Amino acid sequence: MAVQMDPIHQFELKPIFTLGRIGNTEIVFTQASLYMLAAVALITLLTYLATRRNALVPGRIQSLVEMSYEFIASTVRSSAGEEGMRFFPFVFSLFMFILILNLFGMIPYAFTVTSHIIITFALAALVIGTVIVYGFMKHGTHFLRLFVPSDVPAWLLPLMVAIEIISFVSRPISLSVRLFANMLAGHIALKIFAGFVAILLSTGAWGILAPLPLALAVALTALEVLVAVLQAYVFATLTSIYLNDALHPGH
Amino acid sequence: MDPVAAKYIGAGLACLGMAGAGIGLGHLFGQFLSGALRNPSAAEGQRGTLLLGFALTEALGIFSLLIALLLLFAV
Repeated sequence: MAVQMDPIHQFELKPIFTLGRIGNTEIVFTQASLYMLAAVALITLLTYLATRRNALVPGRIQSLVEMSYEFIASTVRSSAGEEGMRFFPFVFSLFMFILILNLFGMIPYAFTVTSHIIITFALAALVIGTVIVYGFMKHGTHFLRLFVPSDVPAWLLPLMVAIEIISFVSRPISLSVRLFANMLAGHIALKIFAGFVAILLSTGAWGILAPLPLALAVALTALEVLVAVLQAYVFATLTSIYLNDALHPGH
Repeated sequence: MDPVAAKYIGAGLACLGMAGAGIGLGHLFGQFLSGALRNPSAAEGQRGTLLLGFALTEALGIFSLLIALLLLFAV
């Protein structure tokens, strides 16, 4: 078989230059770092261009940024309340960062940074760390009421507390794995269907069937763009739901 | 058992998990439609919740697909 299927290859990190080393660990600037820098630069440029002239009737870029601002602001307000708006810059940055990185990944031959578990886990750990630190800062030990549901019979309480703690601990894992798995599986599926086209074309007469997987790959691309936006939105929504726990612990 | 065969069987078994996501998505959109047809004016406001539920449910199916793909290509 001349055509080789290697859908994992696209997630390989390619070093660009070495920054230095700590002990035996090399600190390398990879293409992932480059994409993240590009995303931050793009977001900064967009918001700068949007707020440079605060026109009463917004132009294209200004209304784009204003729409995403309003979108996230209403999400935060509905799930964390007016108090949660102090975390709005945090949620908005997370949303824009993940959205731009996901959409970068949809460009052919581009690298998807969010398909690496360590990136998404770092973001999720940041969210949960903020929840824990802010919860203890604001409520002190009262924050632990989060694990003690009210209106529960005493004999059921130990079980409920255990369940609440497990559900809290699994949050950063589910938050990071959701984003990472969606991106990884989506891009692998795209690559596999593209591979089917190449395999069918290399078999001669069966090449007549090649448009079928090609059409599926196109449809999957559309779905992936939807998933890219949706997962960024889900990440932002869940972040504000978790932040709500830090603001208002206790059930 | 031959480890390569076990790998492929495991990948196939892992895909069964997607059946659950299929059932969940069917429930999700079916219930939304039946609610939306009863009260079409309230349906528009719940589209965000619907998409959130879709993403959360779909992610669980993706998890099992991910295990299958990792077994096929990464192990």
